[in-house]
Amino acid sequence: MSEVLVLVDHAAGEVRKVTLELLTAARRLGEPAAVVVGESGTAGKLADSLTAYGASKIYVAESAEAGQYLITPQVDVLASLVSSAQPAAVLVPASIDGKEIAGRLAVRTGSGLLSEAVDLDAEGVAAHSLFGGAYQASAKATTATTVVTVLPGSVEAEAASGAGEQVTAEVPAQDAGRAATVTGHQPAEAGDRPELTEAGVVVSGGRGVGSAENFAVIEKLADSLGAAVGASRAAVDSGYYPPQFQVGQTGKTVSPQLYVALGISGAIQHRAGMQTSKTIVAVNKDPEAPIFDIADYGMVGDLFKVAPQLTDEVEKRKS
Amino acid sequence: MNIVVLVKQVPDTWSERKLSDADHTLDRASADAVLDEINERAVEEALLAKEAQGGEVTVVCMGPERANEAIRKALSMGADSAVHVSDEALHGSDAVQTARTLAAAIGTLESVDLVIAGNESTDGRAGAVPAMVAELLGWPQLTYARKLDTDGQSVSIERESDAGVATVEANLPALVSVTEKINEPRYPSFKGIMAAKKKPVSTLSVADVGLSADEVGLGSAPTQVVSSAPAPPKEAGVKVTDEGEGGVQIVEFLSGQKLV
Ligand SMILES: Cc1cc2nc3c(=O)[nH]c(=O)nc-3n(C[C@H](O)[C@H](O)[C@H](O)COP(=O)(O)OP(=O)(O)OC[C@H]3O[C@@H](n4cnc5c(N)ncnc54)[C@H](O)[C@@H]3O)c2cc1C
Ligand SMILES: Cc1cc2nc3c(=O)[nH]c(=O)nc-3n(C[C@H](O)[C@H](O)[C@H](O)COP(=O)(O)OP(=O)(O)OC[C@H]3O[C@@H](n4cnc5c(N)ncnc54)[C@H](O)[C@@H]3O)c2cc1C
Repeated sequence: MSEVLVLVDHAAGEVRKVTLELLTAARRLGEPAAVVVGESGTAGKLADSLTAYGASKIYVAESAEAGQYLITPQVDVLASLVSSAQPAAVLVPASIDGKEIAGRLAVRTGSGLLSEAVDLDAEGVAAHSLFGGAYQASAKATTATTVVTVLPGSVEAEAASGAGEQVTAEVPAQDAGRAATVTGHQPAEAGDRPELTEAGVVVSGGRGVGSAENFAVIEKLADSLGAAVGASRAAVDSGYYPPQFQVGQTGKTVSPQLYVALGISGAIQHRAGMQTSKTIVAVNKDPEAPIFDIADYGMVGDLFKVAPQLTDEVEKRKS
Repeated sequence: MNIVVLVKQVPDTWSERKLSDADHTLDRASADAVLDEINERAVEEALLAKEAQGGEVTVVCMGPERANEAIRKALSMGADSAVHVSDEALHGSDAVQTARTLAAAIGTLESVDLVIAGNESTDGRAGAVPAMVAELLGWPQLTYARKLDTDGQSVSIERESDAGVATVEANLPALVSVTEKINEPRYPSFKGIMAAKKKPVSTLSVADVGLSADEVGLGSAPTQVVSSAPAPPKEAGVKVTDEGEGGVQIVEFLSGQKLV
């Protein structure tokens, strides 16, 4: 059985959930081999999780340069593994960095690139959700290796024990003339809430929230549900909430079990980022708001009445 | 400083977008076509750099004849000239082939210092073409910039990603992609629109950029779309009006779905 490489997404010594989803998808296609690129000592902390989700091999590519350059260290490691291991596919998270790593890898190895897959079958055919969920397509690569970016949250992670054999891989020296140097880094405030694209529940506010202070209503509801907070572009542009929380066409794509939209009209560009959520609940005072066309449960009403009551009721049931 | 801006014409996100039944490529006839909003910001950033450093802004676009309208819009904002790669053979090109074509088109221009692109298009959403072009040119990539500074020798950006904000630097020539937080693009003035009509646009074929027709297009694409269809309509859900118990009712619904 041929190998299927999975680029491990990790932060602060932990495997991010999307990696486990990718390992699960990789098992359908072949033998999953996790590829860890990071500073020295990274892989050791991640090995147990990777093995518990079926990694038969763990390629350990550690070097100080991994954190000093943008994108190219990962591309270099994967490209050399593609030529030595001849994998059927390379799976990469469809994150900002992941998409660029996958793109460069496809160019360098002469492989086809399948972008933002929401599912993947044993033949390497990927399912795609296009134009904000309005259209669907399936596609495959005609090349020896397929490079696929997979949307976080679209494959359910299933545990399976793997051999987890660690194999050292080299991080080729970076050429400062051709690579960009990272000279400073201000980590995103981790906070206590789950990461937007990984959260099982997302609670989002729109222009209807009315101000940055009022977003506290959204945050309280989110915290009662253990949710991440999202925002529409109108809310971001009005300065109610920071840009990295924007959901939609030009923001994040989320696919949680539950998406709660408050004071969001449901413009097509917003729907583009949340339409594949499993269950959608909307609160809007306008009964004609398009968000109700895709909501499983729509509440016509004032969010400032409904959301606090909802928060209290959830808290009550917890205790 | 010679700056190239990569611009793409896309179906307007407000119109109904679909793929053609015949070959699963973008059905360009069914939707209004516009210059992708993110590319207006890329043009704006190029114009700001030119205003500070001097030089020329050249727009490079790959697309069918109609993409001319998008090119004119960029020129009316203030770009100096354009290269339009337009060829029947390009129909159905995928991301890898698009990047090859764009890199080859950039290669026909003399002494380019900086290429500016959008971070992600609103139709294909690969979010990868800028990085792929950098790979092909052998240049550093500085992507997802929410702020860009250049002194004509080097370039520095603030890159906003899931991990936070990084400062990234490189010497020119380099490629930068911008996010929608970078600037507010200017509106073309009447004067700009009139001037754009006289600005030079060179239309190049695949052969003109040094590629052969069998390297591009649907037939030789490294990826193949095997099926496509409109998504089945979502089943209509429940819609109720809040009579004072709305919050409680939502929790009851969630608990029925085992979501709380
Ligand atoms: C190229 C492009 C890309 C875009 N990308 C994105 C994107 O990534 N994400 C995105 O979200 N948008 C995006 N947009 C913008 C999009 O078109 C909409 O403008 C935006 O989604 C509107 O946000 P909103 O629903 O919060 O605001 P509005 O459309 O103004 O809706 C506010 C809603 O709040 C309701 N409301 C007001 N007060 C209350 C109250 N007290 N209680 C309950 N309801 C109330 C109103 O009835 C209304 O329905 C994009 C647009 C373009 C052209
Ligand atoms: C719905 C849909 C799904 C697709 N899925 C895939 C897929 O899975 N795999 C695949 O290989 N191809 C795919 N394609 C084809 C691919 O989108 C096109 O080849 C496209 O030209 C490049 O990708 P992008 O627009 O997604 O680029 P992105 O990487 O998202 O674009 C970012 C920036 O690159 C520049 N740019 C991109 N294209 C051009 C251009 N033609 N001219 C000038 N500048 C440009 C612009 O500055 C743009 O803002 C898909 C196309 C569609 C419409």
